[in-house]
Amino acid sequence: MMNPLRTARNSGLVACEVCRLVSRVASAEEAGFCRRCGEQLEVRRHASIEVTWSLLIAAAICYVPANLLPVLDTTTPQGTEGDTILGGVIFLYTSGSWPLALVVLIASVMIPLGKLISLAYLLISVQRGSAKGNRERTRLYRMVAFIGRWSMLDVFVDTFTVALVQLSPLMSVEPGFGVLFFAAVVVLTMLAAESFDPRLIWDGAESHEFSHG
Amino acid sequence: MPPRRVQGSTGGRITYSEEGRGLEDRSLVESIACPDCDLLQQVPSLMPGGKAACARCGRVIAKELGGARDRALPLAITAAVTLLVANTFPLMELHVVGRFASTTIAGGAYEMWAQGQRLTSVLVAFCALIAPVGYLSFVITLLLAARRAAMPGWCGEMLRWLGHLEVWSMLEVVMLGILVALVKIAQLATVDPGIGMYAFGATILLIPAIAVNLDRREMWRRVKWMDPEIPANPAADMAAPGK
Repeated sequence: MMNPLRTARNSGLVACEVCRLVSRVASAEEAGFCRRCGEQLEVRRHASIEVTWSLLIAAAICYVPANLLPVLDTTTPQGTEGDTILGGVIFLYTSGSWPLALVVLIASVMIPLGKLISLAYLLISVQRGSAKGNRERTRLYRMVAFIGRWSMLDVFVDTFTVALVQLSPLMSVEPGFGVLFFAAVVVLTMLAAESFDPRLIWDGAESHEFSHG
Repeated sequence: MPPRRVQGSTGGRITYSEEGRGLEDRSLVESIACPDCDLLQQVPSLMPGGKAACARCGRVIAKELGGARDRALPLAITAAVTLLVANTFPLMELHVVGRFASTTIAGGAYEMWAQGQRLTSVLVAFCALIAPVGYLSFVITLLLAARRAAMPGWCGEMLRWLGHLEVWSMLEVVMLGILVALVKIAQLATVDPGIGMYAFGATILLIPAIAVNLDRREMWRRVKWMDPEIPANPAADMAAPGK
């Protein structure tokens, strides 16, 4: 049988995830350490699918209170009012700055949701051993990894609003518990993207080629 | 063949197989396994400014900077100065009925802490202050160390951390966050951007420019190996891009 494509794995090699040095390893199970940077070598990231699923589910759970609990509590002489993330988007929209409302809507609502869905799709397709659309799925993964940081936007908006609007008794703004859950969603999805091993996408194709070769 | 355990500077924790030594090892150093799809390929020598993309998944796996490499250090030093200014001068000032308030990045994180959101405060401090400062100081240290032919082992440790710091350094997101906060508050009071804001704007333009001109692969090539035994035979041809 012809060897279809030469990957590090099917050549008995492992690329270090830190310094990218390619090393020959005795066994895939116990690959040892990188001789250049000392990093523990792994053919594929350890328990990638399980870890990514756990982080993803935790993020999905946090996503609910992140959107329901207020992120900012505004206290004026008239009383205290809570603002959720969507409330903040609506406030920006009604106060006339719809481009910013759109930016916040994309960064705070659509990107986190899109990340949850995309990573779940990638995990399921890898678990089913799919060999289709590998390039597109890899591109989707890169996008998820690249774009994830932008959902931190709302955390920073809230931080600087709180920092600046401390004019009691006139008006003061306090952070709500929504911020904590929202920050948790962002951090958990970023960690999930980091723990997912994109090479798993291509492993499906490889076993396919082997079985039909 | 069972892995051989080596006693050396790293306390004998490095294991590797015997058969990998010698013939193939040197060309292994120059081959690349795509981080996204694991395809093994040998990158041809590139023109300055050229890039090589993975034959299978299209990820950029190598770039040749040529003379552009020399831009990284001046850019990094400039960014360090602007970042310092951005963190010492107020980012924005608020005036309302004779009252005045201003804030910096550290001030924002501190206020979150004072208001009881300590975890969020730590996260903000890390992404907006600690990671960017760490990233820039590591980059400058590495670039200074790279002026010599051989780079000592601690440079490897710094390069390892550089990747993590880069992911969590979010100055551009912070910038947008401040702008949104400015617009929101502008409905209630007069808000003016401070000097810090302009310096901050300059910093977020400089940081991607540094990243583009930073050649980590070249640095890794010159870092002292943890396991210093250099393979004996530099001959042989290893991984040709598959067929």
